[in-house]
Amino acid sequence: MDAFELTATRCRELLASGEASSTELTRIFLDRIAATDEHVSAYLSVDTEGALAQAGAVDAKDPADRGPWEGVPIALKDILCVQGWETTCGSRILRGYRPPYDATAVTRLRDAGLVFLGRLNMDEFAMGSSTENSSYHVTRNPWDLDRVPGGSSGGSAACVAAAQAPWALGTDTGGSIRQPASLCGVVGMKPTYGAVSRYGLVAFASSLDQIGPLTRTVDDAAALLSLVSARDPRDSTSTGLPAPIVPPTATDLTGRRFGIVSEYLGEACEPGVRRVFAETVKAIEALGGECEEVSLPSVQKGVAAYYIIAPAEASSNLARFDGVRYGHRTAHSEDLLEMYTRTRSEGFGPEVKRRIMIGTYVLSAGYYDAYYGQAQRTRTLIIRDFEQAFRRFDLLISPTSPTVAFKIGERTADPLAMYLSDLCTIPVNLAGLPAMSVPAGFSEGLPVGLQIIGPHFSEQALLEAAHAIEARLAVPVRPQIAGVES
Amino acid sequence: MITRAEVEHIARLSRLGLEEDELESLRHDLSLILDYVQTLGELDLAGVPPTAHAVALKNVFRPDVPWEGLDHEEAVAGAPDVERGQFAVPRIG
Repeated sequence: MDAFELTATRCRELLASGEASSTELTRIFLDRIAATDEHVSAYLSVDTEGALAQAGAVDAKDPADRGPWEGVPIALKDILCVQGWETTCGSRILRGYRPPYDATAVTRLRDAGLVFLGRLNMDEFAMGSSTENSSYHVTRNPWDLDRVPGGSSGGSAACVAAAQAPWALGTDTGGSIRQPASLCGVVGMKPTYGAVSRYGLVAFASSLDQIGPLTRTVDDAAALLSLVSARDPRDSTSTGLPAPIVPPTATDLTGRRFGIVSEYLGEACEPGVRRVFAETVKAIEALGGECEEVSLPSVQKGVAAYYIIAPAEASSNLARFDGVRYGHRTAHSEDLLEMYTRTRSEGFGPEVKRRIMIGTYVLSAGYYDAYYGQAQRTRTLIIRDFEQAFRRFDLLISPTSPTVAFKIGERTADPLAMYLSDLCTIPVNLAGLPAMSVPAGFSEGLPVGLQIIGPHFSEQALLEAAHAIEARLAVPVRPQIAGVES
Repeated sequence: MITRAEVEHIARLSRLGLEEDELESLRHDLSLILDYVQTLGELDLAGVPPTAHAVALKNVFRPDVPWEGLDHEEAVAGAPDVERGQFAVPRIG
């Protein structure tokens, strides 16, 4: 069987009809990982034994007693606690850490009988847009191994694009699902803030972090969202979704009003990306959708507000990594303060230190109102601009990323250039909105994604629109990995 | 532009010990980033209330029933140093 054809939905069908066992499907993906991951490096570790044991247990059960997704493999970003697995958040400071519990999203997948293949690479503590900030290794874009997969969920996006798993979970704080999905040519969804519990998700910026799916089809994104979303008593900010997600069926968009966010089509946006986006707008119109430009002036300040709010929250969240309860502790210290300081200096990489420093600075005495207060007020303006746009439009659209995948090393020397990679995605997190990236086409042979943004809890409407657009565009998700498929 | 003394002060507050070359590169990066985020000053934010949380929630309740948590051994299992079931640390300086 061809791993690319094995979407999660297809796996489910094969298991239900008895055409394939969970062990067979799991082995196909383990073989695919063995054949491709020396080139792509999406995984931090593969749990061959555990996955085959889980699959064997599913196969031993009476098919009548199995849940619909039981036996379907999945891979997980290394930011989600998995009981008994090493969980490092891409950081040296958590090397060797084995959480004593599962994240709620992981528990839900475990209860549904999914088979866990392994954990996926990421930027350290999810801080980055290229996965180059991982403390372990660089992940490569399956479409061009000299290019980044995006980040921070770069391992998740590359893994799904290379068919090393049917689907994967990632997390999105400022674009960390959508931007890598766009750069790797797969589907990625960041749900409404609160739709998925953050319990057991290693915290970066708690008012922005959300878990979500990376998949090769919109159907799979709907299914995975449906599996993981729920209110959770262990996360008081979780709400679940107001109605269960049903498989999307839309094939036309008649009467749907789409606002094109004009601020996202400025000079930062590459001509090739603009061209693909313009063609996508035509495709939406051909489906009956009405597209019109709309201005949201405040989103231009999204990146600036984000680089106050997210580091501020991170500097507080990452205070817990002090060498006392888990993770790395320095080998040499005379007293407690020196232990903290050396442990953190040895354990954190340069980008994480930079963000902790920014966060501490903007929260320090005398600066709080000038920075954090201003950023929180800007956040209000951004929310108002979106609210106003959603009075006129059902959904908003833009390119997901202003550029295609960039070269490894191209932006590492310039933190601001890296931060601006998330220009189009960041305001969505600040407003807590749901958004998706769906493959829209190619520029210079590299994938370009369409971002679709909806009002709070409009996931079903987003999925319906994405489903119709996906069918119309029929963008192939099948990179030729150099050294493997050539 | 922030000064080297400020970088050292923030590093102390952050419990980060920085090498000489890190201090200089952070001074450079932080100055650029802080200049960039200060462009928020161009907005008219007078009278705009701050947002801490994008999805309005208040008074989230759950039934007050006990559930099983980690046992003592599991809770300290990941610690670098444990003495008599407690987290052990070097003396306070």
